[in-house]
Amino acid sequence: MSGHGWLTLLYKELLRFWKVSLQTIAAPILSALLYLLIFSHVLEGRVSVFDGRVTYTSFLVPGLVMMAVLQNAFANSSSSLIQSKISGNLIFVLLTPLSAINLFAAYVLGAMVRGLVVGLGVFAVTLWFNPALLVMPHPLWALAFALVGSAILGSLGLIAGIWADKFDQLSAFQNFLIMPLTFLSGVFYSIHSLPPFWQALSHWNPFFYMIDGFRYGFFGVSDVSPWTSFATVLVFCVAVSAAALAMLQRGWKLRL
Amino acid sequence: MLAVDMTDIARRFGSVQALDGVDLAVEEGEFFGLLGPNGAGKTTLISILAGLTRADRGTARILGHDVTTDYRFSRRNLGVVPQELVFDPFFTVRETLEMQSGYFGLRGNGAWIDEILHHLDLTGKANANMRSLSGGMKRRVLVGQALVHKPPVIVLDEPTAGVDVELRQSLWGFIRKLNRDGHTIILTTHYLEEAEALCGRIAMLKAGRVVALDTTHNLLAQFAGLTVRLAAPRVPAAWQPRVLRQDAGLFHIRLDSYAEMETLLRALREENIAIAELSLAETDLEQVFLRIMKNPESASVGAK
Repeated sequence: MSGHGWLTLLYKELLRFWKVSLQTIAAPILSALLYLLIFSHVLEGRVSVFDGRVTYTSFLVPGLVMMAVLQNAFANSSSSLIQSKISGNLIFVLLTPLSAINLFAAYVLGAMVRGLVVGLGVFAVTLWFNPALLVMPHPLWALAFALVGSAILGSLGLIAGIWADKFDQLSAFQNFLIMPLTFLSGVFYSIHSLPPFWQALSHWNPFFYMIDGFRYGFFGVSDVSPWTSFATVLVFCVAVSAAALAMLQRGWKLRL
Repeated sequence: MLAVDMTDIARRFGSVQALDGVDLAVEEGEFFGLLGPNGAGKTTLISILAGLTRADRGTARILGHDVTTDYRFSRRNLGVVPQELVFDPFFTVRETLEMQSGYFGLRGNGAWIDEILHHLDLTGKANANMRSLSGGMKRRVLVGQALVHKPPVIVLDEPTAGVDVELRQSLWGFIRKLNRDGHTIILTTHYLEEAEALCGRIAMLKAGRVVALDTTHNLLAQFAGLTVRLAAPRVPAAWQPRVLRQDAGLFHIRLDSYAEMETLLRALREENIAIAELSLAETDLEQVFLRIMKNPESASVGAK
């Protein structure tokens, strides 16, 4: 029966990025490393985070890891979908008995794996600079946020890939929505260092909760309680997944 | 059971009524042709069958399975060779076929994939990347992808467009074999001689409607087996109804068979009509097609 057909699609999604791993895995690891080198060189000792309990470089690492997870999860599903759409080979998937849920599961899981692999790669490389980070007080919290965060961005990538008709529109989605939300979420700073207005605004950014909760796993300290963050992120995940599923179910922009 | 059963299918794109109430029934095991000029709605009709496009109205079934409410089964029973030459540049020929097979939940399909590769003359290219293939080879991979799940109903949307003659022959050999093995084949093509040679029954589409539907034999017979072009002052009165066209003293007269030639000649002799010039041509599907497209009312929507 067709029950396992979606596993093939998942396998295809994994094989797709694996075959170009220099671009999809190595390159983002290198850019995260560059961020770390530059920012830690410039800001180490000048920025105090969590009342000085954590060095800036240590603080930065989980932020960069999570940013890599999120950006690559988004990149995977969105680019896979738009490439298939524009080159026309999405038809091979649309002709099969795979259901909306099947497609959703395959694309989002594929995106999650890419995000987590790159995130793990960034973490592994940064450990070389800061081996102490391996001792995490709450590794399961970190894992939970990485999983839900990558699922959210995988779903968002799916939505963007379905919505965009050309690469131009997809990069607009990425540059004007995903990038600002990621950069303004506290990857590079603790929002407690922000003026009250920006601090309040950050609380409306779902990415802030992903990063903050993830960081809690590393240090046992965070700007807001990990439970609050997790609940917020979970609600956001459900909303985004439901939207992506509804689009697939209707065949919006896919089945004319 | 009917292989394909479409009732009152309609679909509009903006201001264009792509399909306007199409009824079509194809029996199991048929080799069926779908003809029509560009924009007649052939591809839209196929897309609706495949679930790539949704109909505004009407129902479509494949072997009894509705294409929207029962799509898992309808798609399992259908193989589609799309018109566009599409491929996934990340994979090799074998990976492409294995992947397509896997989407249908089939594991360990290697023997059948080998057979497909063999029949499509792709064995030597099995491990080549899709990007490196010529257009004709990519087209054959598309045919292979449509066959990986052994669908009882196979739809080919202009599969030989841009394919060289030799390859076309071998492709048709393979499709014929599939038809003999019991697969229902539905074909759209621009090459009318192909449809004439292959299809048992033909539907002609124009502006989203079926304007002719009959066996290939009847369609050809309907417009006479032969056309006589006769240059003469006049035509015997009894033959007047047989005149299809008349221009500048040249009469186009329809004959049902070569035997009628004798009767016509005798009538001309008896009435002392001098023959200035006479030639004979067999009606082919192209003439039928052109005539129906020009004047859809002239065709019967015959044997369903």
